[in-house]
Amino acid sequence: MSRAALPPATPMARQILDHRSLLQRARTLPGEARVALALLGIMTVAALAAVGYLVIAGTLDGRWYDIRDLGNGTSHLVYWMERQGWHPAIPYLTTGLLGGLGILSLVGGWLVIGSWVERRLLAKFQIRQGPNRNGPFGLLQPIADALKLIQKEALIPIGADRLLYYLPPVLIFIPAMLGWAPVPWAARMSYVDMNVGVVYAIAISSLGVLAVFLAGWSSNNHYALLGAMRTVAMMVSYEIPISMTLLSVVVLTGSLQLSQIVAWQQQYHVWLIIVLPLAAFTFLFASTAEINRTPNDIGEAESEIVAGFHTEYSGMKAGLFLAVELGNAILVGAMMATFFLGGYTLFGLETWIPGYLILATKIGAVYFVFVWLRGTLPRFRLDQLMGFAWKFLIPLAIVQLLVVAVEALVIEQSGLPGVATVSGAILVNALLTFFGVRAWANAIGYRPEAGASTPILTTAVGGLRAAARLQAVP
Amino acid sequence: MESPGIILAFWVLSAITVAGCLLVMVARNLLHALVFLVLAFLGMAGLFVTLSADFIAVAQILIYAGSIAVLMVFAIMLTPLAVRDNANSLYVLPALAAGLGMAAIIGFVAVSTPWAELQGDALKHNDPVTTVAAIGDLLLGRYVLPFEVASILLFFALLGAIVLVRERRNDGDPS
Repeated sequence: MSRAALPPATPMARQILDHRSLLQRARTLPGEARVALALLGIMTVAALAAVGYLVIAGTLDGRWYDIRDLGNGTSHLVYWMERQGWHPAIPYLTTGLLGGLGILSLVGGWLVIGSWVERRLLAKFQIRQGPNRNGPFGLLQPIADALKLIQKEALIPIGADRLLYYLPPVLIFIPAMLGWAPVPWAARMSYVDMNVGVVYAIAISSLGVLAVFLAGWSSNNHYALLGAMRTVAMMVSYEIPISMTLLSVVVLTGSLQLSQIVAWQQQYHVWLIIVLPLAAFTFLFASTAEINRTPNDIGEAESEIVAGFHTEYSGMKAGLFLAVELGNAILVGAMMATFFLGGYTLFGLETWIPGYLILATKIGAVYFVFVWLRGTLPRFRLDQLMGFAWKFLIPLAIVQLLVVAVEALVIEQSGLPGVATVSGAILVNALLTFFGVRAWANAIGYRPEAGASTPILTTAVGGLRAAARLQAVP
Repeated sequence: MESPGIILAFWVLSAITVAGCLLVMVARNLLHALVFLVLAFLGMAGLFVTLSADFIAVAQILIYAGSIAVLMVFAIMLTPLAVRDNANSLYVLPALAAGLGMAAIIGFVAVSTPWAELQGDALKHNDPVTTVAAIGDLLLGRYVLPFEVASILLFFALLGAIVLVRERRNDGDPS
């Protein structure tokens, strides 16, 4: 078949095929521009090398301009203010404002770029292009989306409860911001390093439920109410496995303070995902339910109940719900990184590289896993999802907690070297995860599907070969 | 209670809490009342924070604002006609009497308790870094019996709920 001779079917396909990559466009630049760009590149590399030398040579230690710890600058500012003899409220308010601005700009920046990242990644998983029209690589797509959302008419359904209809988009934003408070970004760098950080994280995440429910109820729409009831039931169910797994983390590390949990992982040179693989999986899965992402997004299952609890919201109010979903994804990523992936530490590398960059990288990795799950797995059915929480995750989490309690006692009080006790704990937990999960899955009747490894549907519609054909067309 | 920030926080949080409670009584719509109740819970949590009771504050948010509110949501949703106009009823007088009695008891306890109030350095010396360890020690040490009794009571409540809502078999088999 000579497909090469056929013209593309639509003008859009023509445009996609004509779209040249950045490298191809760079080859057609005039000579002067090439020289200028090369000089710019060399200067950037030189500047980065200079910064890297300064960091590695250790000349930055503890000064206010030490970029490895943004908390340094703040603490120097506070000392300076105290030396001036000002009222203690002023440094307190200043640092509070600075930290709040930091968190706001982080989440705000992510909301600007996040939807583009998610859509591009999803497109890669589904062998599509993704948004690539507005700006270079489609980077201005989120701004275009926001402009479109702002222009939309603000509709209120007939019979909606006005107060409770306007409240939830705002209300749901508050926990998404407050949840960032205890996250440690570097050794002395967290907004509030509170003693009850873990309980605080659970408590704040439980506040979003009410907003979701009010949104669904006040819309005066059956689909919205169904979505809200589903979401509330799911969140209430999955809060229990989350609390149980975090409890085993707390029992093992002996602290409710997030910085102490990171310090424990630093002390024993091991990530908690290796010590507690079952707990890490439970946390990851349950948090996809908590933040309403596929495979657990039954609260807004668009093939079943339109859009769930925010069916009736239009314009920027709907945009806020979507934005909170994005923000919660990286918040859960930060929690996952802090609890199970060693937080801001990376086996000694944190003395050279700023800790917040390491944490951001880990957040990105967890977020990538979320997008991967969304691009790969189908949605669970409601009863499957609830049954999985109550019959599978919760009993296993309880068993895990009991085992971890014994292990924590051994690590604390046996007097043996930490390497021996912690590797023993790793072995026991790995065995528990492997055999416990299998045995319990057999006991309650979960069976692996026979022959599930052949992608029937993908093969039928062309799958990877279709993508190859598209690329082969000149 | 010497720093002006704490005093300001106390008055603002108290105003939020009291206003929330008043609005719960005034609101005609039960779900509106629920929202104001959550506001009052959050104000209470803030008051606990100003008293350095960090664990109690977080537990207040987790249990009352998070879980009890959702429980009430379910109760309202599953009750027919619960969202109707929350009109006056004959229960106002007994409720007022019970509320006044409760207020009297709490007021009496608050007045008659010898508050060993500390100031300045003594306060700083006695201010615990965290209350979690102390609460855990007391719960599993001195007060272990009431703690276990409460857990058994809750466990039986859970069993009772399961028994109540379990579907009956058609053949009349009670088990």
